[in-house]
Amino acid sequence: MKLRTLARHLREGVRGIFRNGWMSFASISSIFISLFILGVFVLLALNVSKLADQLESQVEIRAFLQLDATAESAAALETKLRAIPEVKSVEYRTPEQNLQEMSEMLGADGKQLLEDYQGEDNPLPASFTIEVYDPQTIAAAASQVQAVSAAQDPPAFQQIKYGQGTVETLFKITGAVRNIGLIIVAGLAVTAMFLIATTIKTTIIARQREIGIMKLVGATNAFIRWPFFVEGALIGFLSSALTAAVVVLGYGELIRQSEFDLGLMSIRLVSMEEAAGIIVPVTIGIGTLLGVWGSVLSVRRYLKV
Amino acid sequence: MIEMMDIWKTYPNGAHALKGISVVIDRNEFVYIVGPSGAGKSTFMKLIYREEFPTKGQLFVNGFNIGKLKPRKIPYVRRNIGVIFQDYRLLPKLTAYENVAFAMEVIEAPRKLMKKRTMEVLELVGLGGKHAHLPAQLSGGEQQRVAIARAIVNNPSVIVADEPTGNLDPETSWGIMNLLEEINFRGTTIVMATHNREIVNTLRKRVIAIENGLIARDQARGEYGYEA
Repeated sequence: MKLRTLARHLREGVRGIFRNGWMSFASISSIFISLFILGVFVLLALNVSKLADQLESQVEIRAFLQLDATAESAAALETKLRAIPEVKSVEYRTPEQNLQEMSEMLGADGKQLLEDYQGEDNPLPASFTIEVYDPQTIAAAASQVQAVSAAQDPPAFQQIKYGQGTVETLFKITGAVRNIGLIIVAGLAVTAMFLIATTIKTTIIARQREIGIMKLVGATNAFIRWPFFVEGALIGFLSSALTAAVVVLGYGELIRQSEFDLGLMSIRLVSMEEAAGIIVPVTIGIGTLLGVWGSVLSVRRYLKV
Repeated sequence: MIEMMDIWKTYPNGAHALKGISVVIDRNEFVYIVGPSGAGKSTFMKLIYREEFPTKGQLFVNGFNIGKLKPRKIPYVRRNIGVIFQDYRLLPKLTAYENVAFAMEVIEAPRKLMKKRTMEVLELVGLGGKHAHLPAQLSGGEQQRVAIARAIVNNPSVIVADEPTGNLDPETSWGIMNLLEEINFRGTTIVMATHNREIVNTLRKRVIAIENGLIARDQARGEYGYEA
């Protein structure tokens, strides 16, 4: 192919988008809508999965020491806790660390709120974070921690938390949520394909005449195909880039708005950067492929004479 | 130039459109193809520009053996044949100039030559001043002139015209006929299917009548021969 012809194909591909204005608009809209819904669901699935991860990793025992506990008594308790066979690790956290963690959970607004409770005014106790080897044995481990606590008077811990009773249900729910999310995303992808295929069928009918005339004046199949290929790829790329931008920016705004409220409930969403890292390549990849697939398919059908 | 030897054409539905046609059309001839509707005129024309291929028989156009032509070679045969239709078949979104230049883009002609030649043929068909018009802004006769310009822009050796005046009023039709005669005079073979009795009987040329898939008559300077 001559370089000039290649330039011609690129130019014609771009022109084709404007020449077939309404058709291009229909294609761009249907790709946009399909990918938008897909993108929203991918984000939802990502967040649900992240939430499930968070919940599962929270299957741990938090034992809060008395406010007047000393460092020596804490060290002695830690040794006793480590002796429990189910226990995998024990982590001592100072009151300052606990305050710091809470502040992070609450985001930017929370930091301000907690500023008055630094240092001497810190109302939080020190704590142990105890992880077990197998989440299923957490109840047994917790009762042994309770026993360690009760051996002293007053009890060594003011509170022992491990999500009593809800742990088993939690595992079932997180598993189901992940599977359902996957099925919905797959279903939406198929729906998007059908929506776009319908748009393409309409385009085929509109283009039938045009292709017939090209063949009549002696255009080779490759010559006919190229501008359509460029046009399809461009439409796919443009509409999916638009979708990616809208979804990612919209999501960023959503995070910014809800950070504090969700933080209060100890929920942290997938960050905008993390979401963009998945949404942008997936959306633009699928969109461009759809555009190319559609145009190649529509042209091929009328190249056979 | 065009040589048919015992050409048969049977369509997949079993219809026998042509039943053994043998004819030779020489360089620079002007031939009318006449006959009743459904007699095989259109099939005859379509075989020449390889829209259809013969079921049986030998067909040579410009030295190409049409019956044995590989599909990817078809475009190269068509570049030497200009085709004109009753319904013009212009690209509606392209201007008159772009419609004509398109046929040159296809053969990857140099840009300078393309501009010069396109304007040249538009002048020849009398549309030099309307090169920037879209087909919808032109009259039927003018649209057919654009189609003729497109057909001749690559200097084909043959023009195949399927009822080129079918949609035009008598006066406009004569304009188109004068143009085709001028093109024929410059050395291009013209094969034209028509139902226009007045044109055939006035502008006397070779007449081939096709009836029931066979050549019923082949006369130099012939008549239309059917009741209007």
